[in-house]
Amino acid sequence: MQVFRFSQARSIDAAAHSGGTFIAGGTTLVDLMKLNVLQPQSVVDINGLPLDRVETLPNGGLRIGALVRNSDLANHEAVRKNYAVLSEALLSGASPQLRNMATTGGNLLQKTRCYYYRDVNYPCNKRQPGSGCAALDGFNRIHAVLGGSDHCVATHPSDMAVAMMALEATVHTQGAKGERAIALDEFYLVPGNTPDRENVLAPGELITHVTLPALASGTRSCYLKLRDRQQYEFALASSAIVLTVRGGQIQRARVAFGGVATRPWRSREAEEALEGQPPTPATFRRAADAAMANARPLKYNAFKIELAKRALVRTLQQTTEAA
Amino acid sequence: MDHPQKPPTDDQEAGAGHDAKTEPETGQDRKPPLSGRLSRRSFLAQLGAAGVAATASPIAHAVSSETEEKEIATSIPDAVPVTLSVNGKDYRVRLEPRVTLLDALRDHLQLFGTKKGCDHGQCGACTVHVNGRRVNSCLSFAVMHQGDRITTIEGLAQHGQLHPVQQAFIDHDGFQCGYCTSGQIMSASALLHEPIGPEDNDVRNAMSGNICRCGAYNNIVAAVQQARKVSA
Repeated sequence: MQVFRFSQARSIDAAAHSGGTFIAGGTTLVDLMKLNVLQPQSVVDINGLPLDRVETLPNGGLRIGALVRNSDLANHEAVRKNYAVLSEALLSGASPQLRNMATTGGNLLQKTRCYYYRDVNYPCNKRQPGSGCAALDGFNRIHAVLGGSDHCVATHPSDMAVAMMALEATVHTQGAKGERAIALDEFYLVPGNTPDRENVLAPGELITHVTLPALASGTRSCYLKLRDRQQYEFALASSAIVLTVRGGQIQRARVAFGGVATRPWRSREAEEALEGQPPTPATFRRAADAAMANARPLKYNAFKIELAKRALVRTLQQTTEAA
Repeated sequence: MDHPQKPPTDDQEAGAGHDAKTEPETGQDRKPPLSGRLSRRSFLAQLGAAGVAATASPIAHAVSSETEEKEIATSIPDAVPVTLSVNGKDYRVRLEPRVTLLDALRDHLQLFGTKKGCDHGQCGACTVHVNGRRVNSCLSFAVMHQGDRITTIEGLAQHGQLHPVQQAFIDHDGFQCGYCTSGQIMSASALLHEPIGPEDNDVRNAMSGNICRCGAYNNIVAAVQQARKVSA
């Protein structure tokens, strides 16, 4: 690992003007610094900033500080009670030790597990734009079937972000130019021909908190993660749904996928196929087909298309049966 | 495991007579620290700590004299002073920011009980407690832990009494080679204060961050369940 300048931010403002790379839990940054994938010259420790509260908002929503640890967020009473999909997604991720270290902000910004990104001996357009993509013709079993390009097919590995996508979260930031609120759906970028740009954050812009809107009463939510092992493994395909059923009809549906796309994937195609329909297996299957209609398989990951469909159908079944 | 007349290993001082019989695992080093004596471990510690080849005696251990501090200051220009509070004791050291908590504990504080398995947060061998919560010490920089209360396997037993988890691991034969064991025990002891369900499968999930290549999992689960009963 290269040497770097280390400092601790005394205020959010100071952090935003520091020009350094932020470290909170360190579970992504230290890992990648050891591999020389990331080599910041200046690392700014933000753990001392007052961003570690979870608060219920007057409108019934939730305000989550960027430094809230994954384990604390998953076990928080308000999250377990009102945002089950978020708690389930968090608890399905990583390991207990990592969940104690990882933060809300960091989880949103975690990097892909693509083997070629993580190994500096391989060409990678995300690490070095223009150098090529070793995954396209390589072993691409864990790579994306949605949102990929000829430059990059690396999957975004977060579970929390997928749940937050289905919950229509808003990311709040503070940068050199002041504060702004960004809908999570607009926060992430697909690689296109600039895979080094993964989100809309400006240099030095710090995520301060995430807000979740209140959910209508009777709304149910659920997360299902499918993977090679039962624990401590990233998703091959995952599905997050937030569903309101009234009078035998799906009144409102929000659907997001993980493990199959280059960013946490909100599926408006699935939502349109669900809303106004009865919660039946036929409806669920139609929604799954719609969700994956534009999926593009690679040599080793074609199985993800059917797997993602079944994940969605299963979450829909579980949510509607448990009523 | 009895080997009569075993030659000294790399980690033992050459020429020092050493009782090859194993003693019960107490979670505490029974050998005095190696600071001040040249051994393979201390030589490697110098290389790991400074990133440059160094000669003579280990330079990276906790400082007690002003002359030693000056030596270190010129040898590692990027080192900064840090006070680490480990197992109730304060250690003043000088570390480069890139030194992980794991490497600081092992190479600088001579607390070898915490093990390096994968060094990437994927195996749990490096599990320690920071402010009572289990974390992977390999993925954190030591300089970030000034003011934190750090507990390692060496600090688990109190007043000569084994921690209930340690006793349970002995009772249930919860280890074979022992390499993952300190991480397993640190994970399990923290788990006692976490909200997990009562079933064996809940324990498996809660211990999923600790890998055992020997496959002692069944006995580990039994040990954890015993410790939970005893500590309830």
